[in-house]
Amino acid sequence: MSRARADEEEYWHSSKFRAFTFDDEDDELSQLKESKRAVNSLRDIVDDDDDDLERVSWSGEPVGSISWSIKETASGSTSSLEGRDSSLQKGSSSYAALPKQVSSYSLSSLFKGEDHHVSCRQMGFPSESLTDTGVKNYAPELRRPKAEYKDYTSDWSPKDTVRRMQRGKVCSLERFRSLQDKLVLLDEAVAGHDGNVITAVLIFLKRTLRREILFRELEVRQVALCHLIHFLKETGEQKFLLDLLRFLDRTEEVALSQYREHLNIQDVEKRREFLKGCIGLPFSAEDTSHIQDHYTLLERQIIIEANDRHLEMAGQSEIFRKYPRKASILNMPLVTTLFYSCFYHYTEAEGTFSSPTNLKKTFKIPDKQYVLTALAARAKLRAWNDVDALLTTKNWLGYTKKKAPIGFHRVVEILQRNNAPVQVLQEYVRLVEDVENRLNLATKYKCHDVVIETYRDLKDRIQLTAYKCKVERGSADEEKINSILNNTVRSAY
Amino acid sequence: MAAHLSSGRVNLTALREAGRRELREFLDKCAGTKAIVWDEYLTGPFGLIAQYSLLKEHEVEKMFTLKPGRLPPADVKNIIFFVRPKLELMDIITDNVLREDRGRSPQRDFHILFVPRRSLLCEQWLKEQGVLGSFIHREQYSLDLIPFDGDLLSMESESAFKECYLESDQTSLYHAAKGLMTLQALYGTIPQIFGKGDCARHVANMMIRMKREFPGSQNSIFPVFDTLLLLDRNVDLLTPLATQLTYEGLIDEIYGIQNTYVKLPPEKFAPKKQGEGGKDLPTEPKKLQLNSAEELYAEIRDKNFNAVGSVLSKKAKIISAAFEERHHAKTVGEIKQFVSQLPHMQAARSSLANHTSIAELIKDITTSEDFFDNLTVEQEFMSGIDTDKVNNYIEDCIAQKHPLIKILRLVCLQSVCNSGLKQKVLDHYKREILQTYGYEHILTLNNLEKAGLLKPQTGGRNNYPTIRKTLRLWMDDVNEQNPNDISYVYSGYAPLSVRLAQLLARPGWRSIEEVLKMLPGPHFEERQQLPTGLQKKRQHGENRVTLVFFLGGVTYAEIAALRFLSQMEDGGTEYVIATTKLINGTTWIKSLMEKLEPAPF
Repeated sequence: MSRARADEEEYWHSSKFRAFTFDDEDDELSQLKESKRAVNSLRDIVDDDDDDLERVSWSGEPVGSISWSIKETASGSTSSLEGRDSSLQKGSSSYAALPKQVSSYSLSSLFKGEDHHVSCRQMGFPSESLTDTGVKNYAPELRRPKAEYKDYTSDWSPKDTVRRMQRGKVCSLERFRSLQDKLVLLDEAVAGHDGNVITAVLIFLKRTLRREILFRELEVRQVALCHLIHFLKETGEQKFLLDLLRFLDRTEEVALSQYREHLNIQDVEKRREFLKGCIGLPFSAEDTSHIQDHYTLLERQIIIEANDRHLEMAGQSEIFRKYPRKASILNMPLVTTLFYSCFYHYTEAEGTFSSPTNLKKTFKIPDKQYVLTALAARAKLRAWNDVDALLTTKNWLGYTKKKAPIGFHRVVEILQRNNAPVQVLQEYVRLVEDVENRLNLATKYKCHDVVIETYRDLKDRIQLTAYKCKVERGSADEEKINSILNNTVRSAY
Repeated sequence: MAAHLSSGRVNLTALREAGRRELREFLDKCAGTKAIVWDEYLTGPFGLIAQYSLLKEHEVEKMFTLKPGRLPPADVKNIIFFVRPKLELMDIITDNVLREDRGRSPQRDFHILFVPRRSLLCEQWLKEQGVLGSFIHREQYSLDLIPFDGDLLSMESESAFKECYLESDQTSLYHAAKGLMTLQALYGTIPQIFGKGDCARHVANMMIRMKREFPGSQNSIFPVFDTLLLLDRNVDLLTPLATQLTYEGLIDEIYGIQNTYVKLPPEKFAPKKQGEGGKDLPTEPKKLQLNSAEELYAEIRDKNFNAVGSVLSKKAKIISAAFEERHHAKTVGEIKQFVSQLPHMQAARSSLANHTSIAELIKDITTSEDFFDNLTVEQEFMSGIDTDKVNNYIEDCIAQKHPLIKILRLVCLQSVCNSGLKQKVLDHYKREILQTYGYEHILTLNNLEKAGLLKPQTGGRNNYPTIRKTLRLWMDDVNEQNPNDISYVYSGYAPLSVRLAQLLARPGWRSIEEVLKMLPGPHFEERQQLPTGLQKKRQHGENRVTLVFFLGGVTYAEIAALRFLSQMEDGGTEYVIATTKLINGTTWIKSLMEKLEPAPF
């Protein structure tokens, strides 16, 4: 494509790189074929039953493996598979309501001291108040694990507390009252490197310390700080997170973290409003322009979408009738939008939002990218005149010239992919600068004229003669070859 | 069942056995019949420890996949959830429990087994939903290091790299240290610890601390491992980005190997029985297990793919000849002998058929123009050519909207091979990517920057050429058929990580101090005292055993390179490999990408 084969060969032999092809391709290939043949011929003499041999069911799960058994036992369950599926679907649809319910709680609400009568509350301990508030109704059985009665009153040191928590044991943190004690506990947890324990301690501190104090102490404890940030992201406590990042003066992170939120907004209007609000955030200079572009793009897309949906429904516009839209343009990348606009709105004046030239200007799309996209769109519509115009430039004297910022070999490639007729194709094949490359493309796509002319220019009689067998007998092409061969013969004398 | 685990220098069956014992003990705690509800991610790793038969022996009658909604009816006494400690899974469990029919009798008991650790956070979450009390047993199953093969252990913790280098969450390092303590309990204290990188330092510290805090861990087992080498993945960000060119590496790159299984397109595996011609083509992917239990696979997995074809054809000849023997079998005794060998021959034939088909599938890809172009660019970057300007091929790929991960792999590779990109080049790539794939990917690009994979060059200094030359990372004369250097695994590039391991064994890291300083994080050496009785007296010619632990993931090509070193005649060191996760460039980059789709529930 980009390099002619012969070029590549030379490149590889002359440079120190190795191509990843088999040394002797034919030989290798035949070796593979040979082993395949051997293997296949053996099937005849062995009565082969693969399943017996490999003890693997066709889907590949070895019989008796865990994942295989899940399927086996599940389908063998009393309810039919279908019945189970439908109940699952029902389950999942009603389940969709769940996250909201979840987010209305926050983890910290647990600690907001709702049950003061429990003197020694324990992490992970089903508190009395929970049993009182009717959990029994939901939970089929509320039996307290016996193991948790142990160590109820023990008075562990920070170190021991952390160690017990690391082993998954239940521990009370309420005893750590003074700031000093709490920080010792945190430092112990950090020293243990167990994120599980560090997070547990942080939840405790978050609940029992004033924000400013917590932030201040975390600033000098980077590991703990990272865990808290991670935890806040996981649990979606966006506001707390932003406060923390602002306190730390990590403004870029604040900006990105806030920007990330747009992904959770499904409504486009709301999303657009949100993105608008993001523009002023303290991103790096480079990112700021991207965010601005993101907003502008969505704004455009909303306008285009509304217009085009209307046009399409009205059924007046030919292009939409002939090529109904497959999907909405909302939230598509810029280049996709440009393609869309080159497809449906190519001839519009620069003033309209949906015109390609307007998009090009607004988003400073480089020439190369623009030509590539426009070419693909117009070629798909087989609008060869547009293709021609796109690649034609006029200088101030009025002379026209063909120019392709992406290289004519790429133009040919795109046109060919869209089944351009030979007449169109050969016009651009002729413009491929590299001779070798041009010959390759011309031969591949049967642009006889170009091949013949190139050989003529190269004065390569042998190749030209050889090419005669590739063209149709008695065709104009053959005649052309003959006349060139005769001409040169004559001139040689 | 697990014979391949004992084939190596260290018998890893013991580790598997320990895992099985723990599992049995837990199952027996829940008396009566059971159903297990699986976090689907765990079935793969668990499959390497136990088969269904083991569970069945302990009254596991049904198994389900964890899904929201009502649990399937099953007449069992116990329902046990096997889950990773993840909040989203807790939500599903909550839903299951709340929907349980309270009127049913007898009622079913609920239990949770957290893998690998119980999580206080998850239990809080359950408590908040009001279901924590429903669980009788809440326990943990520390599946830290899972034996994958005779010389390979993995924690299969997919997010370990992200957690360590992006979020500074060291929990997976804690698990790694725990896993190493378990290993030491089974195979003796490892006298020497070397390491490079911040995470390596942390793990070593934790190990030393754990040993101090649990004096009981002082054991009297004769040490099997001589050395432990801890390596941070971020010391060598380059290697996973390059396309692996070993047989196993390519299978993983193209089809993805998960827990030793690979799923392949079925067409090439259709049984071609006479008379059936083309009917009933299977549509489900063909699933195969890949490990050293299969003789042929053990032989070819670590070879450069270019050397695989000839081995397969040789094997085909041998097998054909073996089957031909039947014509010469005249006496009853001879026939009997032939028949007795049949099962083994059939297994060999079937194995050969599979690998010939796989090799064909791979060859279709490796001989494609795009694979070639991509590899050309990778090799240019790795050998230090044109790393400081915008690359045409990458631009073309973006213009043609090749998969984003492919683009990111190449751009990151260029950045790493140039010690960061010039600001102008970086900005150009970023703009093109955002315009073509969507602005929201700014979040992913940011993650890659944070992880050091994609960054602007600071100070205008490019250290990579020095590192490349000193460590001989690029070898011009590679022999793919009969390699004499580890660089054969990438057809020219010698993985940096493995070179560090090789140089540590001989002549020692002192010779490369300068380069070590250029790589991120500290390098260090620790010694763990052994009681005099346990100190090893090496027999003459006996190889040392080194455990190399990759923190943040390892590729199959790196494993192949280490196996190559193990097999070198005068190498003097055999390697066992452990890691947080088996990765390739694609899965690795994917783990760092921002999840753009909101969770499905």
